[in-house]
Amino acid sequence: MTDYDVIVVGGGPAGSMAAHSAASQGLKTIMLEKDRDIGYPVRCGEAIGDVGLRQFMDPQPEWIAATITKIRMRSPNNTPIDFESDQIGYILHRRIFDYALANRASQVGAEIQTRAYVDGLIIENEAVRGVQYQYMGEKRSLRAKLVIGADGVESRVGRMAGIRTSIKLRHIESAYQATVGNIEIDQSMIDFYVGRNWAPGGYLWVFPKRDGMANVGLGVIGTLARDYNSHDLVHKFLKEYYPKATMLTSVCGGVPIAQTLKCITGNGIMLTGDAARMVNPVSGGGIISGMHGGKIAGEVAVEAISAGDVSVNGLREYPKRWRKVGGKNHETLHRISETIYDITDEQLNKIAERLSKTPEKDRTLLKIFTAVAREKPRILLDVTRAFAGV
Amino acid sequence: MILVKDNRCDFCGTCVAVCPVDAIELREADISIIHETCIDCDICIWVCPIDVLTSDQEPEGKND
Repeated sequence: MTDYDVIVVGGGPAGSMAAHSAASQGLKTIMLEKDRDIGYPVRCGEAIGDVGLRQFMDPQPEWIAATITKIRMRSPNNTPIDFESDQIGYILHRRIFDYALANRASQVGAEIQTRAYVDGLIIENEAVRGVQYQYMGEKRSLRAKLVIGADGVESRVGRMAGIRTSIKLRHIESAYQATVGNIEIDQSMIDFYVGRNWAPGGYLWVFPKRDGMANVGLGVIGTLARDYNSHDLVHKFLKEYYPKATMLTSVCGGVPIAQTLKCITGNGIMLTGDAARMVNPVSGGGIISGMHGGKIAGEVAVEAISAGDVSVNGLREYPKRWRKVGGKNHETLHRISETIYDITDEQLNKIAERLSKTPEKDRTLLKIFTAVAREKPRILLDVTRAFAGV
Repeated sequence: MILVKDNRCDFCGTCVAVCPVDAIELREADISIIHETCIDCDICIWVCPIDVLTSDQEPEGKND
């Protein structure tokens, strides 16, 4: 006997999408969130592209803190390069957005439980058959045909199922972000700083959030995190560039910039979102990819349960479809990420210098790419491969 | 031995994600090192964004 068809562990965008796609097809679904809130704490810069979001739903005004049309990149020697974004972007209020996604899942019948801390899996005959969790100190367990692990970068569910999830230092950004008030910035522009002075092996971001607020954060690549501390760097940056800014919230977190795990399924289990390492390894953005992963996981859950086979074999469509929708692009981005990994500050300065001589209206993605490629010829090969689809 | 500084952890899970031997247990608002499993590789100390972890060995962590 099972209590549910599907248990989703984790109430972020990936979890909510999985719960929605499973429940909307009539599966008895419950989503368990360990924190007391859906959508909080927000361990995210909150940037999302309009095109990506519209694949799933129309953006709602209450989710959006700022609408982005311009990008500024600053080289290590602080040469600003401005360009128009090729698509509209948004800085979300993830707290409201995540609520809306979870609510959307509940409207098609998914149940949601907060403060539900999953601390074990029910495993029988080498298959996951449910979860054990704690609710307000009380031990509970639920049986299900399938468990979907959408439990973030630390993915305990994956580990408990015996899926190898440990990330190499080279493939994680140690990140810290302050949401600040009293900061005067262009509300239609996102501002990035690259180079070793602020974000070794990563970037620093300033994302507007309306009414004089912004997300200011940065990631340091794990391999350099021993010598650089993202918390200290963010505070140093604020002191230097925005001394009047006030702290409203601060969060830290790890951003996986790895390739998607080779194995994202087990008997009776699928991993999705950050837990499966679906984050864009160049930008570190994980909302859209997590939503894709979650949606596909939910759809495959429906098919596998109706076919009566939730073994790895029965779930084989999941990695296949992820690869088709997001994974292939993801692999290319991963290769680009590996190429730009060892780009030096001097090379970044040269690229910026070249670009600064190009009139702003001519600064297309292609121009930027050409400037990068001059410094890093290997990137040409990767992008050619990406367009050729090989 | 890896030690957790009191009352400073944000429970973000970055250390858990990089631990090669699954020796860090992160519960709701509690983090603990499983010393029997831990191999003292120190990488959790390095990746922690807010320097919550430390070692009782020779201090060679971040530049504070």
